[in-house]
Amino acid sequence: MRYLMLLSGTNPETAPPPELFEAIMKLGGEAAQAGVLLDTAGLLPSATGARVALAGGQLTITDGPFTESKELISYALYEVRSKEEAVEWSSRFMKLHRDLWPGWEGKTDILQVMGAE
Amino acid sequence: MTTPPSPPDYMRSRAAIETVWRIESPRIVAALTRITGDIGTAEELAQDALVIALEQWPVHGVPDGPGAWLMATAKHRAIDLIRRRANYARKLEEVGRAMETSTESSADEVDDHIGDHIGDDLLRLIFVACHPVLSAPSRAALTLRLIGGLTTHEIGRAFLMPEPTIAQRIVRAKRTIADKKVPFAIPAPGELASRVGSVLEVIYLVFNEGYAATAGADWMRPELCAEALRLGRLLAGLMPAQPEVHGLVALMELQASRLRARASDTGDPLLLADQDRRRWDRLLIRRGLDALRRAEALGQAPGPYEVQAEIAACHARAASVADTDWERVAALYTVLGHLSPSPVVELNRAVAVAMAYGPSRGLEIADRVASSLPGYVQLPAVRGDLLFRLGRLGEARAEFARAASLTANETERALYRARANDCG
Repeated sequence: MRYLMLLSGTNPETAPPPELFEAIMKLGGEAAQAGVLLDTAGLLPSATGARVALAGGQLTITDGPFTESKELISYALYEVRSKEEAVEWSSRFMKLHRDLWPGWEGKTDILQVMGAE
Repeated sequence: MTTPPSPPDYMRSRAAIETVWRIESPRIVAALTRITGDIGTAEELAQDALVIALEQWPVHGVPDGPGAWLMATAKHRAIDLIRRRANYARKLEEVGRAMETSTESSADEVDDHIGDHIGDDLLRLIFVACHPVLSAPSRAALTLRLIGGLTTHEIGRAFLMPEPTIAQRIVRAKRTIADKKVPFAIPAPGELASRVGSVLEVIYLVFNEGYAATAGADWMRPELCAEALRLGRLLAGLMPAQPEVHGLVALMELQASRLRARASDTGDPLLLADQDRRRWDRLLIRRGLDALRRAEALGQAPGPYEVQAEIAACHARAASVADTDWERVAALYTVLGHLSPSPVVELNRAVAVAMAYGPSRGLEIADRVASSLPGYVQLPAVRGDLLFRLGRLGEARAEFARAASLTANETERALYRARANDCG
């Protein structure tokens, strides 16, 4: 079962500590080593992106930043045996943020990929 | 003492706790096997740790490092066990000597060394589970149990066998390992290649059991393919300098990339040529090609898995059958035929040669191996196709009729009958 994990959040004023990056790399290494992490990457702030919207038959193209309070930060694709496993890996990831970057708040949405058994 | 914030019910649930244990259990069992010297004991101790977690976590909450917690808990049970055994031995030998301190220190030593080389322990466990003293099916069952963390029920379901049969197979395998005193060790350099081969054979056996289900109603069981892939990726992380490990991972990623396209909407098997390539999994193709590059980068003469992965890569890179680099495929089958000669490889080479250089060249090769493949459905199927393309319709019709009579699969039979009819 394949899951897409989308991390979004609000960064505090403080810069992310280097220990967080290190811990994320380490956890990613463990997940890859366990054979469950297929792909992952960080996302630049939406200021560098754009949005193509369709409403009422009208295409609208706008440059970022988007006005949502939470920015998408990264994605990951996991191949696991159950939703519980996906939740467990994601929880480990979120705990790193809790422990290493005080004030950071966010969420990971876990969505199952269709048709990829 | 302040009460920690109560975690949501989900995290206290049995499913969540068992999931953590399942993720961690291979490493725990590996470390405990090193300490206790026995797989069975190690499994029991790891199971004890799960039982304790199931008692404590719903009440006190899940600890922050649940994996470390489980490892520490199991480790303490192991040390208790060693102490009890040491005490017992000491009582047998008479009380009074300075055994107390030496027992203490040996337990502490164990304690200190557990954190080290967890990856090595896991690798040792894999080599033990895949040891050639065991039959291939026993190796597969034990590996799925110990390294995959599957229950005997799940393994039974995967191999379409009753759970007690699998349970017995695993018990016997563990007994054989103990009886034959299989060492908990990485093989010496001299036997490393053959022992790695033994591990790869098991992983590919599991993969093929899923890819071309040999029994049962489904003709693919993708979850077994996923399990084999996970084992392969794990091994590649543990043994990054072994090209054939990357070769097998590449082969499995590339083959698995076609899983979604290998059956029609009605569930019938689709051959490579008939698959909708837009349904191939691009992510797995990319991962397969990456693994292949890692194998090549090690700069050794390619082994059979790497060559098969190269062939799979030719198909993965091609947008269509016509777009395929058949000359390269044919050359790779020649290499594969040298590495692991077999009439089936030759027949595959015949197909590739026919695509690259025309049907008559392919037919020559197919005819040469014909006597080695009696009753093999693909032989008349391939010959029929080549004869058809050469305009030798009468002979083609006979070959397709023979293929139809040989196959046990209704869909295939209908296909060959239709092709026989096309011959006029």
